[in-house]
Amino acid sequence: MLTLNVNGKAVALDAEPDMPLLWALREDLQLTGTKFGCGVALCGACTVHIDGVAVRSCSTLLSSLAGKKVTTIEAMAGTQAGKALQAAWVAHDVPQCGYCQSGQIMSACAMLAKNKQPSDADIDSAISGNICRCGTYNPIRAAIKTAAVSLRKAG
Amino acid sequence: MDKKLEHGTATDTAATAATPGAAPSRRAFLQSGAALVVAFALPATGRAAAAGATALSAYVRIAADNRVTVVCGSSEMGQGVLTAIPMLVAEELDADWPLVGVEQAPVDQAYNNPMFGMQATGGSTTVRANWLPMRQAGAAAREMLVAAAAAQWQVDASTLTTDKGTVSGPGGKKASYGSLVAAASRLPVPAKPKLKDSKAFKLLGKPTKRLDTVAKSNGSARFGIDAQVPGMLVAVMARAPTAGAKPKAVNEAAAKAVKGVQQVITLPSGVAVLARGYWAAKKGRDALDVQWDLGAAGQLNSAAISEMLDEGAREADAVALDQGNPRDASANAAKTLDARYEAPYLAHACMEPLNCTAWVQGDRVEIWAGTQSQGPAQGILGQVAQVTPAKVKINTLLLGGGFGRRFAPDFTIDATLLSKISGKPVKLIYTREDDMAAGFYRPPSVARFSGALDDQGALTMLKAGVGSPSIMAGSGFMQLPANGVDAMALEGLVDHPYDIPNQRIAYGRREPGPQVWFWRSVGHSQNGFFTEGFIDEMAAAAGKDPFEFRRALLSKSPRHKAVLELAAQKAGWGTPLPKGVARGIAVVSSFGSYVAQVAEVSVGADGTPRVHRVVAAVDCGMTVNPLTIERQIEGAIVYGLTAALYGKISFKDGRVEQGNFHQYPMLRMNEMPKVEVHIVKSSEEPGGIGEPGTPPIAPAVVNALFALTGQRVRSLPIDPAPFKRA
Repeated sequence: MLTLNVNGKAVALDAEPDMPLLWALREDLQLTGTKFGCGVALCGACTVHIDGVAVRSCSTLLSSLAGKKVTTIEAMAGTQAGKALQAAWVAHDVPQCGYCQSGQIMSACAMLAKNKQPSDADIDSAISGNICRCGTYNPIRAAIKTAAVSLRKAG
Repeated sequence: MDKKLEHGTATDTAATAATPGAAPSRRAFLQSGAALVVAFALPATGRAAAAGATALSAYVRIAADNRVTVVCGSSEMGQGVLTAIPMLVAEELDADWPLVGVEQAPVDQAYNNPMFGMQATGGSTTVRANWLPMRQAGAAAREMLVAAAAAQWQVDASTLTTDKGTVSGPGGKKASYGSLVAAASRLPVPAKPKLKDSKAFKLLGKPTKRLDTVAKSNGSARFGIDAQVPGMLVAVMARAPTAGAKPKAVNEAAAKAVKGVQQVITLPSGVAVLARGYWAAKKGRDALDVQWDLGAAGQLNSAAISEMLDEGAREADAVALDQGNPRDASANAAKTLDARYEAPYLAHACMEPLNCTAWVQGDRVEIWAGTQSQGPAQGILGQVAQVTPAKVKINTLLLGGGFGRRFAPDFTIDATLLSKISGKPVKLIYTREDDMAAGFYRPPSVARFSGALDDQGALTMLKAGVGSPSIMAGSGFMQLPANGVDAMALEGLVDHPYDIPNQRIAYGRREPGPQVWFWRSVGHSQNGFFTEGFIDEMAAAAGKDPFEFRRALLSKSPRHKAVLELAAQKAGWGTPLPKGVARGIAVVSSFGSYVAQVAEVSVGADGTPRVHRVVAAVDCGMTVNPLTIERQIEGAIVYGLTAALYGKISFKDGRVEQGNFHQYPMLRMNEMPKVEVHIVKSSEEPGGIGEPGTPPIAPAVVNALFALTGQRVRSLPIDPAPFKRA
């Protein structure tokens, strides 16, 4: 049995330690908002936070997570930055197919937690690991800026 | 598993009890609407359900609290049908838009795509095909509600008006749709309801937010890969690397030794490992260490394919267009030009790897999948599992991208076979590498052009031969016509808009082997590049401005001309740009719409093109949702630009050389150009919008590169080498 801390709760898993976190989230915990895209940390669809840092869950082994806090898209509405981003995503009508958007929001959220006034270059650097095959990059950029403004106003 | 989406909420409903047999066909619905209301009454879900929703047809339900649910038969793959279809219904229904939700339809003739005659989504048809039928569904429901109010108030229906879900009558009488729906549902369905004049539209043509955004921003949206069936196993396959390859040696014992692996099953398409979860199945798959006998396909190499297609282009004898006297025009020309263009195989690379969950139980099949072709799937999977099509239930979930790939049946067939053989519910998941190598590619193509100019620099002759495999012949549901011309191999070329007196355009079918398929904008994706590249070459040969050269040839194609002029004007064609940046222009019509694009391009020191800005002008006739149009054009530009810069599937000794995104790169945020989309106001019939934005971008970019460097790109993806600065 492995123990993980996911979205603020301790959960016990009967899983192999070499299994990537992605599959524990999706299959064991039914947290399917985190997506499988490439399996080798090239597309960003599986992005989650580990101790607040954006990480590709498809390439993060369960054995590396002792004592760490995992946060997924399902818990974003409970965070200030996550809430601001989700509202901005709706305001800018960002998603098309929507498959990559959990990962986009997780990458954006980790950036905004540290930097509430991101430049275009900051956004490029935070988001360029997240592929969107529908091409929603410009609305994503606009929504991140909107969320940043609302976070700065909120202090 | 069906999705129900409402404004501002993300209602994740349980499976509905609607079975294919329980839903009425369109014909039956029109013949005896009232009786069918009962047959179609779905178990109520969400807030609408709590109040008790009543069906007025297969397409519209209204609850006592005035919530409207529109049932959408098209698949949502990002193109916005789960918003467009409700808009069409709501406009004529005079519904209160914030109270309109949408639900994915089961498979039934009532939801057939009228342009296909089957329930399927593709070819940028959803709005074109449903523009009248879905408005009629809304108008019929409205007339039933009005008739119910007229009967209740004992007044003539012609004295009543509707707005925002309310019927109003003489003396300030008002009744909500919710209060009238029960009575309305007992009335006959009008066969020919009156439709609004387009000038009276309140919703259609107005930028409208999508209904699926909240669910797609909080992780609750359910895609095919998210399907959960109790007791299900996950399958990962060692897929045959070439069609017809046979496993010579399989280490089944090693796979079965992996903890969690339950079963190993060999199918015609490969060897599957079934396990309790993906990771065990994947480890088991890797442990199989399959040695393949590739057969004749093991000889397949990209260089030989290119040669074969070139021969097809040179010998092209299936003539699609023969006009005037190309030979004489060439002999009498002041100047002639020959060029060879080439485009590679392309994978769709949807963000959601292909997957399907299937459960075969006795004489019943149920699948959960993001599919573009649920109608045909009923018949195909019935055959696969040897049950009658009516016993095949298809649950259409959201598609994490489709682009034509999810029209193919390979992933639903294999999942169904695995469930039938194992006796368990099975979720088959393709790894990214499986998805990339599984075939169903955009066909590769070689085009050989000749053009002639007279002494005034006017284009007097165009000859083209195209060598390419046939989608029609390989599709399994279409046939190559008697003249031997695959319409898709020449679309975007044979229907070019330019007024040229002498022309010969022909097709030389060649079949290298790999399965070819529909890829966003199909033949236009390569032929737009070929044609608009070569026209640009002719403009340069004539010493003319590429915009003016095209414009002069468009006197018989006013809609092309209008978008070309609009794009040029909005882009500031002819105005100065910073040093090292140049513009290119292209115009292509496809799927009933007209799109021109101007790209502003520079080149990095390593020769990589950088696209800074794209200005697009689109005429897609009357519009449903301009916001969707803008986003679809922008997304289609990204799709086409990704292919132009990076896209190539190649073969070595029978095997696909690309596996993951490091070998088949995607455009990313840091490479994203600014995009402006300008929509032409039009009263023409609606055109398609999912695909028409893709074809013009590759030629606009290569034409800009020519303007910048004098180097002409005739093969995709763009090779940076000639542009590299020492």
